[in-house]
Amino acid sequence: MHELSIAISMIDQITEESERRGGLDVEAVHLKLGIFSGVDKDALLFAYELACEGSMLEGSRLVIETVPLVIYCADCEKDRVPPSVYQLSCPDCGSPGQKIVTGREIEVSFLEIAA
Amino acid sequence: MSTRMVEVRAKVLKQNDLLARTLRERFRTECTCVVGLVSSPGSGKTAFLEKLLGGLARDSRVAALVGDLATENDAARLRRATPNVRQITTGTVCHLDAQMVEKALESWPLDRIDFLFIENVGNLVCPSSYDLGEELRFVLLSATEGEDKPLKYPTIFNSSDVAIITKMDLAEAAEFDVAAARRNIESVRPGMQVFEVSAKTGSGMQAVFDLLHAQLACARQSRVAVTP
Repeated sequence: MHELSIAISMIDQITEESERRGGLDVEAVHLKLGIFSGVDKDALLFAYELACEGSMLEGSRLVIETVPLVIYCADCEKDRVPPSVYQLSCPDCGSPGQKIVTGREIEVSFLEIAA
Repeated sequence: MSTRMVEVRAKVLKQNDLLARTLRERFRTECTCVVGLVSSPGSGKTAFLEKLLGGLARDSRVAALVGDLATENDAARLRRATPNVRQITTGTVCHLDAQMVEKALESWPLDRIDFLFIENVGNLVCPSSYDLGEELRFVLLSATEGEDKPLKYPTIFNSSDVAIITKMDLAEAAEFDVAAARRNIESVRPGMQVFEVSAKTGSGMQAVFDLLHAQLACARQSRVAVTP
């Protein structure tokens, strides 16, 4: 359950961003979360609400966009979606995929601000 | 009420990643080969590490950082092999992060250490998200755990560089299918090096020592290459 640590890191980061921009009234935080990031979406949503209490983000929404796992197939020379997260091979030619293109992201993409 | 969008595009673990990068550069400059160890609780990390430290200490300078939620038990065990052991007790935190490593390293003369091992908290989920600045990450899987662990925890296996199958002396009794375990590791991390060891009998340990010595030689060589 390291989602609480992740949520706290997010809040620290957004608080800093807000200070740098002279104070933001954040209504929602949009996060890109890779399915290969090791972070569970539901656990993070739960932890976020708890971690926000008493912070500038109290009452804000967390909107999570799930990023699929994509590997690069050196044989097809193309990005491919593997059959599953535990089978990192090309769905077309079956070659093992050693390079991960997306799926590891834990990234705040944008903030919704009350105008 | 209307809203506007502000683009941020910031990695949530940026602070950790930056600190891990700084640590990695420091380890490289000081020619210390740093290896992280991750596994589930009870897979034999400490026994394996005890053997590693004991074997390497014969001709190298070794040190270890061990992470646990509580107790100094592991550090006390490892001190039988080397006095250079520090325990990180995380309280309730389920993983180590780069800041904990940096803090634990304070006032340690790292330039006089060849191998530093960082034993993470026993957990196959959370440690995968945190870079600690290590050069190599070993993921351990014991012969008593079941061959499909890599498939169940693909993220941590994929984020590691080397897989170590431990407790091989119990493989037969546990009816452990090594070939299936190797297939499963290959499936989640194609091309990964796999070692089969028993810390109890010492079997397979030499191959791990050889890998580590090669890694250290490589680190020294690249240091020579960049030093004018």
